[in-house]
Amino acid sequence: MYKILKAETLADKTYLMDVHAPRVASHCQPGQFIIVKMDDKGERVPLTICDYDRENGTITIVFQAIGASTTRMAELKAGDSFRDFVGPLGQPSEFISEDIEELKNKKILYVAGGVGAAPVYPQVKWLHERGIDADVIVGSKTKDLLILEKELEVVAGNLYITTDDGSYGRSGMVTSVIEDLVQNEGKHYDVCVAIGPMIMMKFVCLLTKKLNLHTIVSMNPIMVDGTGMCGACRLQVGDEVKFACVDGPEFDGHLVDFDQAMARSRMYKTEEGREILRLQEGDTHHGGCGVCGGDN
Amino acid sequence: MADMLKKVPVREQAPEVRAKNFEEVCLGYNKEEAMDESTRCLECKNARCIQGCPVAINIPGFIKEVKAGNIEEAYKVISESSALPAVCGRVCPQESQCEQRCIRGIKGEPVSIGKLERFVADYALENDINPEGPKEKNGQKVAVIGSGPSGLTCAGDLAKMGYDVTVFEALHELGGVLVYGIPEFRLPKQRVVAKEIEKVKGLGVKFEKNVVIGKSVTIDQLLDEEGFEAVFIGSGAGLPMFMGIPGENANGVFSANEYLTRSNLMKAFDDSYDTPIAAGKKVAVVGGGNVAMDAARTALRLGAEVHVVYRRSEEELPARVEEVHHAKEEGIIFDLLTNPKEILVDENGNVRGMKVVKMELGEPDASGRRRPIEIPGSEYEIEVDTVIMSLGTSPNPLISSTTIGLDVNRRKCIIAEEETGQTSKEGVYAGGDAVTGAATVILAMGAGKAGAKGIDEYLRNRDK
Repeated sequence: MYKILKAETLADKTYLMDVHAPRVASHCQPGQFIIVKMDDKGERVPLTICDYDRENGTITIVFQAIGASTTRMAELKAGDSFRDFVGPLGQPSEFISEDIEELKNKKILYVAGGVGAAPVYPQVKWLHERGIDADVIVGSKTKDLLILEKELEVVAGNLYITTDDGSYGRSGMVTSVIEDLVQNEGKHYDVCVAIGPMIMMKFVCLLTKKLNLHTIVSMNPIMVDGTGMCGACRLQVGDEVKFACVDGPEFDGHLVDFDQAMARSRMYKTEEGREILRLQEGDTHHGGCGVCGGDN
Repeated sequence: MADMLKKVPVREQAPEVRAKNFEEVCLGYNKEEAMDESTRCLECKNARCIQGCPVAINIPGFIKEVKAGNIEEAYKVISESSALPAVCGRVCPQESQCEQRCIRGIKGEPVSIGKLERFVADYALENDINPEGPKEKNGQKVAVIGSGPSGLTCAGDLAKMGYDVTVFEALHELGGVLVYGIPEFRLPKQRVVAKEIEKVKGLGVKFEKNVVIGKSVTIDQLLDEEGFEAVFIGSGAGLPMFMGIPGENANGVFSANEYLTRSNLMKAFDDSYDTPIAAGKKVAVVGGGNVAMDAARTALRLGAEVHVVYRRSEEELPARVEEVHHAKEEGIIFDLLTNPKEILVDENGNVRGMKVVKMELGEPDASGRRRPIEIPGSEYEIEVDTVIMSLGTSPNPLISSTTIGLDVNRRKCIIAEEETGQTSKEGVYAGGDAVTGAATVILAMGAGKAGAKGIDEYLRNRDK
């Protein structure tokens, strides 16, 4: 069992937890992920690592309650435990193995969308601890949904917040901020790292391709085992089929087939919806989900 | 009195009933049937059946006890050689091993060794009869990577020799391919696999789940920092292969591993579990091995019409005859001498069909089987919404790529000596599918046994 030491609500349906998992905490690096299975009947849920404490053996995870398992996970409190917690999985971010002096000469731009701020944080923090300050754009639908602003402020070079509805910071999509920074404010970047919903990463990549800005994305497809066994997470990257769980999750964004990846992530939409309905309505569920053949 | 030329028939669920449930197909012998069948054994002095068994069970020895009705004694004879008899009695290809060599088989049917083994093992599970543990412990720590057939066997044997064994498992359940690969209707998970693993635990073996060796900790760290004196790698062959044909990334194309893992490990067939499975209405399973049969029969039970698409003829099907027979009885359709060319995809990215081509058999190839050749112009389309690729698996490079000095061949299989399991790295032994590529449960168990012996010899010689 893996004890939850802290459980917080960051925003609507967005939760942060510190989990005691010493083997994961001793080996993880920015860019990697874990899989959590809350109980006997839960799904194996892949989540990026938001932070880690090697001394205390803890991992910080951030997740959204969007499926049956994550909705039940959200109800857990400090003191409760997860049945299973495995990792670190996937490859660390590329810069971890780069020469630090060369890295210092690079201007790096991070673009986070929604809960994508969580996996961006440990990367920016790692760089900051080595004297490299990366610029960070965080996009959120509204002010209320914005997460980790204070934490990012401490470790980022410049932090640019934008909201879709203009309720906080700049107004509009992250792509318009990138355009502003590069085209109107004369900023130069050598590499961009974009993490967020697939649709956001797709449009960031379309833009950065035009700007000739090398872009790394972190893919979050459907997974089952997370160790290369099932192939559910396969992606078309250039001419090759890659498994996000073992080859990634980070890839050259200009090579990823986002349309295919988005279609693949819709695979279980109906089934997931059905699970949530079953969970919320319990015995009172009588169809309407389009699957179970209930009485309407 | 049994007919000496024929096996005592084994009871099975009727095909039309079992095609709709996940309960075990074969019901096994009861004591009376087992004792009846046991009278057919000639108790050969030079027992050829033992030579046909990868773990060399004293077969006439245990059957003799069954004859006398001493089932507990029979179990003790088996458990000297095998840690998983209830598993092996169900999934071993006896027809090409022990039973193939049985003298009875020359004129008539061989003794039903597999079903007898299963009866004895099930009796031990039900009556809580346990294998004998070590006389004394030697305190030396050995790590075993993977809790599948080879790892469990190696761990059990080492524990009996007195070693302090810890098994590391990457997944959240113990058993490896026994839990994620082989379906419930062939190998019950709680009643058989979990209970047989409990017996290995009873020998003093420790288990740590959710540890991915190469990620959570490396083999070098186990040896240098965690006090293990030797390591056995039994990590299996988990990486699925795809064909590389157009449309293969469409929604509705699965590896057999994914389909089976969702159903077996994650229990997607049971609605009270959160993990979903898109069962499909009309399913094509590509391939002809045991895994293909398992995937096909799972899809059938989830309500689909199922076609097995295989490029050679029935004679070359690599699956066990019993599995093919069961699949046919249940209503699986075999599209033989047929090979996929392209997966057809609709505008939403979902599978809508498959373009296939007819094949004919030419000259024998390197495997000795006649080579399938496309018949030009014979392409046609079949309408399916789900395609399950069951083309085999290869070892996961996670361990070999993170262990200093561990050599692999070009297929990423770990290079190890057959007799001892010794690898290119001192103190590190390996066996099972991680070494051979995908094979059978019993061959992996044989390699686990060899590994245990190899490790024991290594540690004894080193400490002299």
